[in-house]
Amino acid sequence: MKFKTKALLTAGLMTAASLSASIAHAVDLTMYYPVAVGGPVTKVIDDMVQSFQKENPDIKVEAVYAGNYTDTMTKAMTAMKGGQPPQLSVLFSTDLFTLMDEKAIVPVDEIPGADKDWLNGFYPAFMENGRVDGKTWSIPFQRSTIVLYYNKEAFREAGLDPEKPPTTWAEMAEMSKKLVKKDASGNVTRWGVEIPSTGYGYWMLQALAIENGQKLMNEAGNQVSFNAPKTVEALQYWVDLSAKESVMPKGAVEWGTLRTDFLEGKTAMMWHTTGNLTAVKEGAKFDFGVAMLPAKERRGSPTGGGNFYVFKSASPEQQQAAVKFIRWMTAPERAADWSIKTGYVAVTPAAYETDVMKNYVKDFPQATVARDQLEHAVAELSVHDNGRIYKILNDAVQAAVTGTQTPQEALDSAQKQSERVLSRYK
Amino acid sequence: MVSAVMNAAEPNAVRRKAWLTTVNAWLLLLPAMVLLAAFTHYPILATLYHSFFSLSRGGEASFVGLENYAYMLEDDVFRQVLRNNIVFALATVPTSIALALLMAVWVDKKMAGRSFLRLAFFTPTVLPMIAVANIWLFFYTPDYGLLDQFLKSLGFSGHNWLGDPSTVMSCLAVMVVWKEAGFFMIFYLAALQTIPPELKEAADVEGASRWYFFRRVTLPLLMPTTLFISINALINSFKLVDQLVIMTKGGPNNASSLLLYYIYEVAFTFQDTAFAATLTVTLIAILAGVALTKFVYLDRRIHYQ
Repeated sequence: MKFKTKALLTAGLMTAASLSASIAHAVDLTMYYPVAVGGPVTKVIDDMVQSFQKENPDIKVEAVYAGNYTDTMTKAMTAMKGGQPPQLSVLFSTDLFTLMDEKAIVPVDEIPGADKDWLNGFYPAFMENGRVDGKTWSIPFQRSTIVLYYNKEAFREAGLDPEKPPTTWAEMAEMSKKLVKKDASGNVTRWGVEIPSTGYGYWMLQALAIENGQKLMNEAGNQVSFNAPKTVEALQYWVDLSAKESVMPKGAVEWGTLRTDFLEGKTAMMWHTTGNLTAVKEGAKFDFGVAMLPAKERRGSPTGGGNFYVFKSASPEQQQAAVKFIRWMTAPERAADWSIKTGYVAVTPAAYETDVMKNYVKDFPQATVARDQLEHAVAELSVHDNGRIYKILNDAVQAAVTGTQTPQEALDSAQKQSERVLSRYK
Repeated sequence: MVSAVMNAAEPNAVRRKAWLTTVNAWLLLLPAMVLLAAFTHYPILATLYHSFFSLSRGGEASFVGLENYAYMLEDDVFRQVLRNNIVFALATVPTSIALALLMAVWVDKKMAGRSFLRLAFFTPTVLPMIAVANIWLFFYTPDYGLLDQFLKSLGFSGHNWLGDPSTVMSCLAVMVVWKEAGFFMIFYLAALQTIPPELKEAADVEGASRWYFFRRVTLPLLMPTTLFISINALINSFKLVDQLVIMTKGGPNNASSLLLYYIYEVAFTFQDTAFAATLTVTLIAILAGVALTKFVYLDRRIHYQ
């Protein structure tokens, strides 16, 4: 009986499939994508997909908003295990090892239509996270670096030069002290600086570690250095900003509400992804500046954000259609448009050569900071079992900023836990 | 003679009838049994089975025996979420029951505005947990939140309620008590109305005080309801997960993570289905233990009318 039902169902589905195929000959693609920044990003994506379909009537793309990066990865993996994977997805560039371990994706450079010229057109820093064993597994899309946003009016008010944002850790701490504002009863009404510790705490810690001259992982993605002295020092600096210098609020600083804090003038500076730039620009009622992150031993930021992946289970036609779609989405004029509408770094130098981008940058030079910072940027933390390692490091960051553990204790514990997880991949 | 034949036939007929009744009973049970087997018993057994295997990433899982359980016992996060869950249950179950009883006794009285009060107490219950979480998220938000605004007007400084590991659990407990108490109140209200008024009249004649009557008559008569509610509340406290997704994601540093949320995280964020199965088996064992205690032990000690 079971078999019969199955056979009937299959027959039904096949009839339905052949019917729809005979009508349109269209290739259907489902794409999951995340949103991690402010602004009407889903609408921007929908509009892009619409105009792609207008130019390519034989390809139908269903773009599914799937939450933040973690949620999107969760949905994609769950869908895959349930036998209904999407054909392509925008996922963390750093989910690569996990996706490879799950045998979920195909190298993009092996799909017809993805030629070398195109692949070499992207910024090398953005390609770093997508290349393993000489193959290109993913294509940069919504990529970012962390930048320092600062309120120029607050700088003026505190007697600081609004054209001179802090360039070193020491300077940032000093300036922050001057920027803190208190009301009559001694309560802080404006903080000097805020670095978000929820959501992407590991990312911020990686920035601090890079600036201190410490890389967090090896290239094979199976070794981390979370409790190296320089990483501990980096986390200590972060913790001290609230515990010792009292220029950052105590406890965890929310990734999601930080932009609002900055726009409401509750903090004079914030570390955040450049992906939020357009949302800040639209929301700010004051003059604001964007700067590269301050340096300790060197300048630096990890790259961040999402890449396109093509799933293995997609049929050859779907894979080719997916490449066509990705090429369209990352073409210079679209990349420029996308960057202008969000703040993400356009993924190719060619995008910055387009007229529309040149005009935009002329009036709004803040838009080039994240790109210029690329020369100091380092590949984002990417290891096997990435979701788990991120959680471990995020927990350590939160334990430290809330004062539950010292940076040394927290990172020792994170190192121990990570080694246990990663031992499987050695 | 005739009667002897009839007597001989009778046991047969009775046996036949008994047999038919049995078949009938099983047939009536069958649909429910099939559903139970498919959606409860099979998943439990499958989960148990998977908990003995390693994590498979795109390949075959291998049998590892009790390794996952050994790992679980050493897992700091597991120990913490279990501790969190126990603390959470101890904080929410007695409080919400006491509050429910108090509210039920209050709105059971004949007074003006009774329906309005009942409605007010019951409202949190009908709200979806996600909506409740969002409302309270607004209360707790540092600086902008209602709580901080209120404290500030009194001259206190604000506090990062959900970002501080020492306050986050209490904040969640308060919210859950607020949500659950109204639901339990309904059960108490129903139970209070089944208590015959003659008892009260008799007590009045005997000159018993109101407190004495409540303690010696009402409360014992409410015990079956209390038992029912407390088991439900306990199980609920292990089932609660929605508010964590909205409010804290288990943070900071797992301070507010509960067992079920941890299972979700392990299964879907880390894609470690084997370990998630292990944790699920543990959760099922805990809940089965609670249910068994009720059926085997507590039920006998409670006086039913």
